[in-house]
Amino acid sequence: MLSYVIRRLLIAVPTIMLLVIAAFFMMHVAPGGPFTSERPLPPEVLANIEARYGLDQPLWKQLWDYFTNIFLHFDFGPSFRYKDRDVNDIIAQGFPISLTYGSLAFLAASLVGITLGIAAAIRHNTWLDYFAVSLGIAAQALPNFIMGPILILTFTLWLGWLPGGGWNGGQWPYLIMPVIALSTSYMGNIARITRSSMLEVMNSNFIRTARAKGLPERAIIWRHAMKPTLLPVVSYLGPVFVYVLTGSVFVDIYFSTGGLGQSYVSSALTRDYAVLLGITILYGALTVVVNLLTDLAYAWFDPKIRY
Amino acid sequence: MRHHAKLTLSTFLCSALLSGAALAQATHPETGEPLAEDQTFTYRVLDEHSSVDPQVVEDTIGAEIVRDLFEGLMNQDAKGNLIPGVATSYDVSDDKMTYTFHLRDNAKWSNGDPVTAGDFVFAWRRAASPELASPYQWYVKLMSLENASEVVAGDMPPEELGVTAIDDHTLEVRLSAPLSYFPQMTTHATTFPAPQKVVEEFGEDWTKPENIVSNGAYVLTEHLPNERSVRERNEMYWDNENTIIDKTVALVINDENVALTRFMAGELDRTEVPAGQFPRLKKEHPEKAVSFPQLCNYYYTFNQSDSGPEAFKDVRVRQALSLAVDRKIITENIKAGGEPEAYTFTPEAVAGFTPPETEMAKMTQAERDAKAKELLAEAGYGPDNPLTFDMIYNTSESHEKIAVVLTQMWKQKLGVQANLANMEWKVFLETRGNQDFDLARGAWCGDYNEASTFLDLLDSESGYNDGKYSNPRVDELLVQAKSADDSAPIYTEIEQILAEEMPVIPIYHYAGVYMMDSDVGNWPVENVEQNWYSKDLYKIAE
Repeated sequence: MLSYVIRRLLIAVPTIMLLVIAAFFMMHVAPGGPFTSERPLPPEVLANIEARYGLDQPLWKQLWDYFTNIFLHFDFGPSFRYKDRDVNDIIAQGFPISLTYGSLAFLAASLVGITLGIAAAIRHNTWLDYFAVSLGIAAQALPNFIMGPILILTFTLWLGWLPGGGWNGGQWPYLIMPVIALSTSYMGNIARITRSSMLEVMNSNFIRTARAKGLPERAIIWRHAMKPTLLPVVSYLGPVFVYVLTGSVFVDIYFSTGGLGQSYVSSALTRDYAVLLGITILYGALTVVVNLLTDLAYAWFDPKIRY
Repeated sequence: MRHHAKLTLSTFLCSALLSGAALAQATHPETGEPLAEDQTFTYRVLDEHSSVDPQVVEDTIGAEIVRDLFEGLMNQDAKGNLIPGVATSYDVSDDKMTYTFHLRDNAKWSNGDPVTAGDFVFAWRRAASPELASPYQWYVKLMSLENASEVVAGDMPPEELGVTAIDDHTLEVRLSAPLSYFPQMTTHATTFPAPQKVVEEFGEDWTKPENIVSNGAYVLTEHLPNERSVRERNEMYWDNENTIIDKTVALVINDENVALTRFMAGELDRTEVPAGQFPRLKKEHPEKAVSFPQLCNYYYTFNQSDSGPEAFKDVRVRQALSLAVDRKIITENIKAGGEPEAYTFTPEAVAGFTPPETEMAKMTQAERDAKAKELLAEAGYGPDNPLTFDMIYNTSESHEKIAVVLTQMWKQKLGVQANLANMEWKVFLETRGNQDFDLARGAWCGDYNEASTFLDLLDSESGYNDGKYSNPRVDELLVQAKSADDSAPIYTEIEQILAEEMPVIPIYHYAGVYMMDSDVGNWPVENVEQNWYSKDLYKIAE
């Protein structure tokens, strides 16, 4: 088990480096550079700027310097767009924000989703089932870029209960709408997957055996049905966890939370190379770690899986 | 240069207290309006600012903050006229090549140090230095400072730049060419002073709220990237006692509709009106919806370089396409924010020059359409030989609506087939800059309030002339205008040439279209560059 974990982490380093190299070259292939602007800079001004940021060096040299700075100084480079800050600043400021509302949204989506799914499966074809299924569909039909404006209209403009945006160090009134907006569509998916998985498990042979030996229904569900039910849910949750932390650009845009999602997208649009690469590395590392955790969780959920 | 004897806010408070009023309410010293207790102005910005370093900042959002934090030689008043800033007056030599600015002796940095001529010299050398590599080095060149080009190119040390501190309160500026509007250029952020000690002590971190020292009416107290930045009263500012707003907050809200909702919920004092919504908002909130002319134009440019289509080299085709554009439909139905229709390249709002009324402007749309058909037929295009070309614009809802309407107008009136392509901003700039287009969208906001900031774009040598229009007479007139005592007749002639040769299709000129809380006093609606200063605003008690 331990050797497996170490092996996986060792593979992660070249994986992320490959990711960075791919991102680096794709970025340079995209037309326009960080200093392409409506007002073309005089050549000598452009030359000064490129010299300052080392962009006058050949690409391989730039890539080499980039890796050297990371490994030797843990320095992810400057931002070309936000000249008062560097990439380390941007990540240090934005990531805790994304992490906070992302984890809360993840928790909310999993808890509510799994509960709804199980309740629906146990009370199959009753009003509870129909309610859970329709709620799931409704939540999925309202992606976060629709939820955002609807929530702001309702809770800020009409009811006046919550501030329309901002972060303010993560005080709870500022957290509620981002968390709801981000979690609902995953909640719907999780409920749907849990429900169908539970229904399948409840019809399987080992449950029939458990019933036959007279176990109470509660024990059957908790002790025998739960783990196999959650297996497909966990494989869905892994990528979702990474996604809620990274795919939150809509939350950042609608609620001005200041998270990393918005920085990521705008760095791509403005060709802010170092910012784009820095966040790519962070997301890559996050994906690798979460995938590893998901795989380890499989072993706990399914005794047939061994590492 | 006028100076008001103003009763100060504190005088009012004191006298109110002395007279025994328990709850004194301050009033504005000039208008007498009752002032709100909470003097905080909160406004929406589209995006995070690029920097608050005066020599580095390159976006409008950042420049607005820098104008509050730092004060240059000259300021603008509510109408855009020059008024004293750190300089109380200036002298100009007869050849207009040397300006001497006299600095006030009571100007202070927020740490209490005096603001000296040396701070300006330091800042201007810094702006030009290849070491800092500011994108605004071009502005130093534009100012025509002596040796600017050589310093920027690294051929001379920054010390050779044409700016000298004669003493602490006298700044001498030497130019390489006469420039009658030089003082206007000192209201731009690039020319603001920088605190040498602080810059040298903290390096790139000097603009962080915990380190920054500034000489304007405000200091930066909080900066949460992509969320908000806060600037608060600078007690050391020389005119602090006449400053009313205590605190200005810029909230970053990317989505304009969310911003409007938050305005309606009372979280903002000012926000932009999304395109097309002005008429409704004006009806529902007449006291809050405001629109006023701004110094920007919106146009389409023909590619007249070798890579451009043959058809666009025929002036009749260019004329026909421009004539067939019903600008009224675009300004009234798409933008709907009170934008003026454009028949000249220079906006009417510009100072010191009234663009001529062109022949096209005098015609009715029906006459224009008839003439357009005639011209296109003369040029040899018609049902048998239809005119076809591609047009590009950068991705945006509003640009798309306008582009679609243009193609429809040309198709219906002239049978012209224009194929649309939208591009992401950087790709668009690259494509347009490489003359890889037939017809391309363009827009420009004046760097300073003078017609040449627009007309220079059409100089054959200009780096911004993406359509590669070239007319030696226009180039010659542009040179003459730089040193002429009265440049208006020269600009009129240029506009007349443009109206005849039609290198671009002017569509409309911009308007500032805001939702502004009715308790905000003194917003400079007549300042067409929208150079506003928090220190000139106030909040009225509701």
